[in-house]
This record gives sequence, C-alpha cells and structure tokens, in this order.
Amino acid sequence: MKYFKLLLPLSITVALVFILNHKQGKIPPIGKFINPFTGFWQNAEPMKWNDATENLCRLQQEATVVFDDRLVPHVFAKTDEDMYYLQGYITAKYRLFQMEISTYVAGGRLTEIVGEAGLESDRLMRRTGMVYGAEKAQEFIEQDTASSKLINAYCKGVNDYISSLSAKDYPIEYKLLDFKPEEWKPIKVALLLKYMANMLSIFEYDIENTNFTNKYGMEAFHKLYPDFIKDEDPIVPKGTEWNFKTQNSKSEVSLVPRPSSLAPHHLSLATHNPQLTTNLYPNALPKPDEITGSNNWAVSGTKTKSGKPILCNDPHLRLTLPSIWYEMQLVSPNMNVYGATLPGSPAVIIGFNDSIAWGVTNAGRDVRDWVQVSEVQLQQATKRKEVYKMKGGKDFTEEVNYTEFGPIVFDENFGKAKSKQYLAMRWIAHLPSNEFKTFYQMNKGKNHEDYLAALNEYTCPGQNFVFASRSGDIAIKEQGKFPIMTEQNRFVRSSENKLPWSEYIPSEHNPHVKNPARGFVSSANQHPTDSTYPYYYPGLGVYENYRNRRINQLLTEANGIDAEFMKKMHSDNYNLHAKEAVPVLLTLLDKSSLTDSQKNIISSLEKWNYFNNPEEVAPVYFEVWWNNLRTLLWDEMMHEDLPMKQPNFYTTVQLLATDSSLVFYDNESTPAKESRSDIVNLSFRAIEDTLKSKYFTEVSEPYGTDETYERKNNGSHDWGTYKATKVAHMIPGLDAFSALNVYNGGNLGIINATNSSNGPSWRMVVDFGEMKAYTIYPGGQSGNPGSKFYKNGVDVWAKGEYHNTTFAQQSADLNSNKLFSVTYKPKK
Amino acid sequence: MRNFLISALVIAIISALLQLFLPWWIIAVVAFGVAYLHQQSMLSAFAGAFIGIFLLWALYAFAISSANEHLLAKKIAELFPLKGNVFALAAITGVIGGLVAGFAAMSGAAARQVLSK
Repeated sequence: MKYFKLLLPLSITVALVFILNHKQGKIPPIGKFINPFTGFWQNAEPMKWNDATENLCRLQQEATVVFDDRLVPHVFAKTDEDMYYLQGYITAKYRLFQMEISTYVAGGRLTEIVGEAGLESDRLMRRTGMVYGAEKAQEFIEQDTASSKLINAYCKGVNDYISSLSAKDYPIEYKLLDFKPEEWKPIKVALLLKYMANMLSIFEYDIENTNFTNKYGMEAFHKLYPDFIKDEDPIVPKGTEWNFKTQNSKSEVSLVPRPSSLAPHHLSLATHNPQLTTNLYPNALPKPDEITGSNNWAVSGTKTKSGKPILCNDPHLRLTLPSIWYEMQLVSPNMNVYGATLPGSPAVIIGFNDSIAWGVTNAGRDVRDWVQVSEVQLQQATKRKEVYKMKGGKDFTEEVNYTEFGPIVFDENFGKAKSKQYLAMRWIAHLPSNEFKTFYQMNKGKNHEDYLAALNEYTCPGQNFVFASRSGDIAIKEQGKFPIMTEQNRFVRSSENKLPWSEYIPSEHNPHVKNPARGFVSSANQHPTDSTYPYYYPGLGVYENYRNRRINQLLTEANGIDAEFMKKMHSDNYNLHAKEAVPVLLTLLDKSSLTDSQKNIISSLEKWNYFNNPEEVAPVYFEVWWNNLRTLLWDEMMHEDLPMKQPNFYTTVQLLATDSSLVFYDNESTPAKESRSDIVNLSFRAIEDTLKSKYFTEVSEPYGTDETYERKNNGSHDWGTYKATKVAHMIPGLDAFSALNVYNGGNLGIINATNSSNGPSWRMVVDFGEMKAYTIYPGGQSGNPGSKFYKNGVDVWAKGEYHNTTFAQQSADLNSNKLFSVTYKPKK
Repeated sequence: MRNFLISALVIAIISALLQLFLPWWIIAVVAFGVAYLHQQSMLSAFAGAFIGIFLLWALYAFAISSANEHLLAKKIAELFPLKGNVFALAAITGVIGGLVAGFAAMSGAAARQVLSK
C-alpha cells in the first residue's frame, strides 16, 4: 500500500505529459504548443529589425537583400543562380507553411498531417493524376539543363533555410498541426504549378452536360448553354480578321468545321452520335457555377496623359492568409524584375521590369475530357499504386488505373455513388510542360518579340497574358496548350472511340492582338474571340459577360488616362448584371397587395444606381432576390445524385426577359405548375424571410426578435456588412488568424469582383509614363500571424488604396524606406 | 518555507537551461530529481515545483510576448478562447507547466519516502 503514495502522483505525471505531448483530435499537443521555450510564444517575433550578415554555404557570391518598410525583399545577386537561391531562402523564411501545405494538398498527402479527415481530398488529387502530371512535368524540366539548374538553386535556398531551423523556429501552423518541414524537392515546384492548374484549368462540364442533355434534349441544351451569346464582347475585338497564313506560312492548318452533325430535337445524345452515351452519371468533380473573375488591361500612349502605356492586372482567387502572392524584386546582371511571386516556385509570375510589364487572367478554356471506358479497358490499364500514409492510423492503399486516355477517376471504389461506370479523364495538366521557362524569359524580356517567345511553349493553366512595353506597344494573347475540339468534346465519350482529341491549336494561332486601333487591350475571363475564330471551342457557360463589357466601355470612353483613373477602375462597383436583371424582374412583379416593407424594397431597387458600394442597401435586396429566384428556377439542376450545371447569370437574365414558357419555370417540388411570374413573385416575397433567417442563424450575436432584425436592417446591414468578406487562414476554421467582416463593395460580374470569399488577390498598376508601379494585395508579406506584416494590406486593399513600390536599380535606392538589410556571404 | 523556495529556484534554473535544447517535458524529470534529492513533504514538493515552473513559464512567455507587443498572444488568446486576454494566456501557460512539474515533484518526494524506508 505504501507504493500507492508514489504510484498515484507518478501516474498522474506520466498521463499529463503523455496527453500534453500528443495532439487530441483538433487540439494541438498543449505542452509542446504552449511552453515558452519551443511552443507558440517563440513565434511572437520582436518588433525590431536590424541589419545583419549571414553566411550561407551554397551561395556562390556575396549578395544583399534589402527589406523595405513593407517587408518587401529586394534581392541583389551576382548570378541568376544566386538570385533564385535567395528567392527560395527568403520565401521559405516568410512563407514556409503555405508552400508546404499547398504541396501536401496537391500531392494528396493531407492524411500525413490530419489523418482520416484528409483522405477524400487526397484520393481526389491522386485519382485525378496530380502527382502523375507533376512527375511528367519534372521529367520534362530535367531535360532542359538551364531551367533545371535554376529551379535546383531555388530548392537549395529553401532547403538551406529549412535545415537552419530547430523546433522552436517552425512556423506556428506546424506547431498547431504537429508536423515538421521536409526537404523541398524540385518535384514540389512542379506540383505547385499543378495546384494552380487544378484551380484554373478545370472548366468543363462534360458530365453535367451529358446528364442534362440525356434528360432534357439537345434543343434545351443549346438554349441554356450556348457556345456564343448576343452581347459578346470578346478579348480579340469583334470583327478582327484571322490571318494565320501570314504568321505561319509553311504549314496548312486543318480547320475544324463547326459541328453541325449534332442535330437538335432528339432526346439521347447517342442518337446524334454513337460516340456519345445515353447514360446518366451520378459522379462529377466539384466545380464552381460562376467564375469569380480576374481582369487585366493595358492602354496605349494614345489614351494616357503621359503618352506612355499603363498596364493593370487584378487576378481574382480565393482570399487566403497567408496570401497566395509574395511581393519581391529580383536583381541579377541578367534582369531586374519586380512583382508577385508564387511561394514555392522561382521567378516573378505577374510584374514588370525596366522595359515591359505583364499580367494574367484565366483563359477558362476547356482542356479536359471524360471517357467512359469498358471493363476490358479497365483490365488493360496500367496500375499505379497509391499509398496514403495515415497520421494516427493505418495506411490506406489503392490502385489507380491509367488508361490511354488518362486515369480512371470514378469507379465502384470512388465517388459519391459507387458506380460501375468507369470514367477516365484526359487533361492537359497531365502533359509534360515547363512553365518556369516562360516566366524566366518574361522576367528578362525587353519587348513584344521577347514576350511572344516567352509564351510560345507555355502549356497550362491557359492564361490571357496582357502586355505593355515602355517603348509603346500593348498586346494580349490567350496562351496555353489548347486541344482542337468539336462540340462532341462537351460530352462524355464512350470507350469504343479513339482519343477525344489528339491535335493542338498551334501557339501562333492562339487569340492575340497587338496595338489595336481602339488603343487598349483587355480581358476578364470572357470569350477570347467572336464566332469567326477558325477553331471551335466550347462555350462552357462560365465565360464572363459583364465585367468585360464594363471594362471596355470605361476604357473606350476615357482619354488622358493616368494611374489614379486605373486605381479607381479596379474598385469600380458598377453592377451591369443588376442593371440588366432588375428592370426585367420588376416588370414581372405583381405589385398589388404588398406590405409596406415590400414596397420599401421595390422603391430601394428602383432608386438604385446599380453600384454595389458597401454602404448601399439595394444590393442586398437584389442579391437575395436573385439567389432565391435561381433556387426556384434551376431546381432541376440541384439534384445531389445527378450533377448538372446551372445556366450562368447572363443566360438566366436573357431567358427571363425573352422566354415566357420555359419548362424549367415550374418548380419540381410543388404540385402546382409555376409560371415565370410565379417564381419571380415567390422569390421576391421570400426576400425578408431569407434575410431574417440569415441574421438569426449566421451572425455571431443572434437577433432574437423582429425588432432587432428591423433595427439591423435599417441600420448597419448594408451591402458591405451583409457580404462580410472573409480573408481566411488556409487552415479551415482558424478565425483568430483570419480577417473577418472586411468592409468593401463589389460582387460577381463587377470589376471589383469581391464576394464573401473570393476577390482580387493582387492589384497592380504599372505606369510607364512615370515609371511607377502601384500594388496591393489582401494580406501581408509575413506568413507569421504574430508579425505586424501579416495582414497589414487587408484594410488598404478593402479601401481600394495602393502601396507605392520601390523599383530599385541598386540597394542604395532603398535607403529612404529601408526596414533592414541582410548581407549574405558564401560560407568558406 | 526556505526549503520550498530553494527547490522552486533550483527547478526553475535547471529547467530553463535544459529546455534550451531538450523537449518541454524535461521539466518533469528535473522536478522529480530535485524533489527526490531534497527532503520535504509531498505537498511542499508540489508547491515548490509548481511555483518554480509557473513563474518560469509565465514570466518568460510574457517577456517574449511583450517584445512582440502581444500581437500573436492576443490571437492565440482568441483561439483558446480567452477573449484575447494575454495575462490569462500567460497564466494558463504557467499553470500547465506548474502542474506537470508539481506532480512530478510530488512523485519525486514520494519516491524518496518510499524507497528510503
């Protein structure tokens, strides 16, 4: 019994240490996390910055990095290798967690960090061939010794930083999730680009289209998802002549005729074309219904105050902390380039140098197809073993079958419905490619020829590269490797067929404009061309048709443009969608027997100038009405077990305005047969209930009564409050590290396309007249939530303001706004 | 009383030095060892170790955080959730370390009593 006295406290001690040293569900290992010697307190970095000298063993020659007063590093190196080595080293120092977590996600390895919870996402990544594609890209890059050398230099920089760390220095997210940084191999650079491809080259709806057409017929399909639309305002101005032969005289290009073989009015696709199927498919990959948007444009000297071009770009993505971009200047004897870099990958992705500037928007072209393969083809497929290492559990293993088309994504082992329909995916992201080379060449480009040469081999994800040069040229080119398609590529193919595509549009035939008569070039994810473009491409139903028209209208009307004008344009909140939709809806509305508050809503909408400014109330009513209406109207497309795509906003407005008898007006869930005006009225009368239920359930401090709802509604619940833009930390649910309720305007279809979770991830104005550039992004240079540079850009961004950049020629140019500098010396 | 203060001080100093290169739970080993070598009641052993590590952890944490103007600590104090109260966070830090060290010291004192009898 005397041992009891010892055993009791001893077992308490052991149990305490054990519990506090291990992750409990989502709770980090508290002892590790909270002790001030190695835990999170060590990430509370001191708020003072001093010049320093560091020795780095794999640096070739002495180099200097000056951090300016926003913590933007300006790297001055003596060779390109040293420059990328330091880019890797410094990026890792400020953004290590995001680099690693992105490659864990893209590589389907989340289970190694979060266990079972990551398995669905991991399997999706592996089964869609993300790692397979990255491996192919990496093999290809290795054949190019120049690229390979520079990418390796970058990786060495990352790895030298990682190996300088001890546990106390790990970024706080490693401590929260309880894992360690690992070696940064070149394959991870390739994987990161596949990660971008997975966000930006997924726009096809083959499965959804097949389901829709086999249920509702080809006529309805063409009506709801047209290839081209009435108010088209494409990237290459309408009516531009296609003059391929002068650009490429030696090869005759086989022009694909517009498909007319698919006669309308029949029900099943297979009756049009035996290569298509009569099947319905319960599984599809998750995809957005509306593209959130990116813009870029450049105006020539004829339209600017200075007589020199101005270039602008605001790529829109999911808003995250740390931000997807890291701002940097890279200087070597070969180049001096400034802009947005992608942590984990060398070079500047969007930016400018002494001579040129460039920016990107997503092309959104269809570069993916689905083939239903037979049992035999499944058996003949090459098996690739995928092992998912499970944190705190048993590893999960599966075989993914690679057919001649690509990996079989859905089969009886994967998908919401375990179906015997074997669906293989063919995707451009699986092709070997070297995107780094494009950015490397662009970074040191001098003129339009260099820009075109840099783009020539660029493969994926397809982008609209806007361009301006100090010497006065402006241009835009949609670049990527685009398959030659026919309308059949909008649907799932059956397996008897050969490859769904085997030829590609030559790069020099991709849509391209240089110095057009109108004095500007622009893109906003709309159609690249009008219907006269000699190659067919699917209309997709996600091409933008509002922002592009607004941008082109503003640029057409303006003259004597300066940087201030451009900054205002980035924050333009004009809602062209509302301007076209509201009059249609109000006309269809039955205005008898309305309550006072309903009358208020109508008068608010009637008085609205269609700007989604944050202090306006009308945008809230429009947003709610529109969403209610879509839910009633397109209920046919919302079945969990039968994926279909909702028609886009533009087509929806057009149909409501012109078609009084669409079968889809009827709501499936009610016995009554609804008409167009029925659903417009029902959705209008539901506005207040929708608002109430949102405020009752979603707002952190719930309003219990109608009076509090009224108070909120008349007081602070304007558009900015309602929209409540959130810049969320990459770990879901980590509100303490996020920027919540960011007050700003905008929405989908607006130049400032900021909704609650997506928006301009980077805004840049490059003015060649004054040789000045202005940038802003909703985040900060440091990935450490304990830094004052963690999210210092968010409020500036929300107000539509910018930072002035310092484009230094030498380190002394930064003396006036230097925070600190580091001299890096090779270790002898 | 002196006993108790001496062991608090000794445990804090040795733990501070060892934690520079050893994992956090070394405090348990230190507290156990000191209590084993230093004759005292189990209660007094607990109190001494608790106070020693409580002060070491809480004060060190607070000092680091002060140089950071508590930017990070405020966020962690929302995560925990302590409504952003940094003092509470530093105190909890101290209590967690203190409890581990306290029970370890109690075991150390008990071990001495049990084994020497």
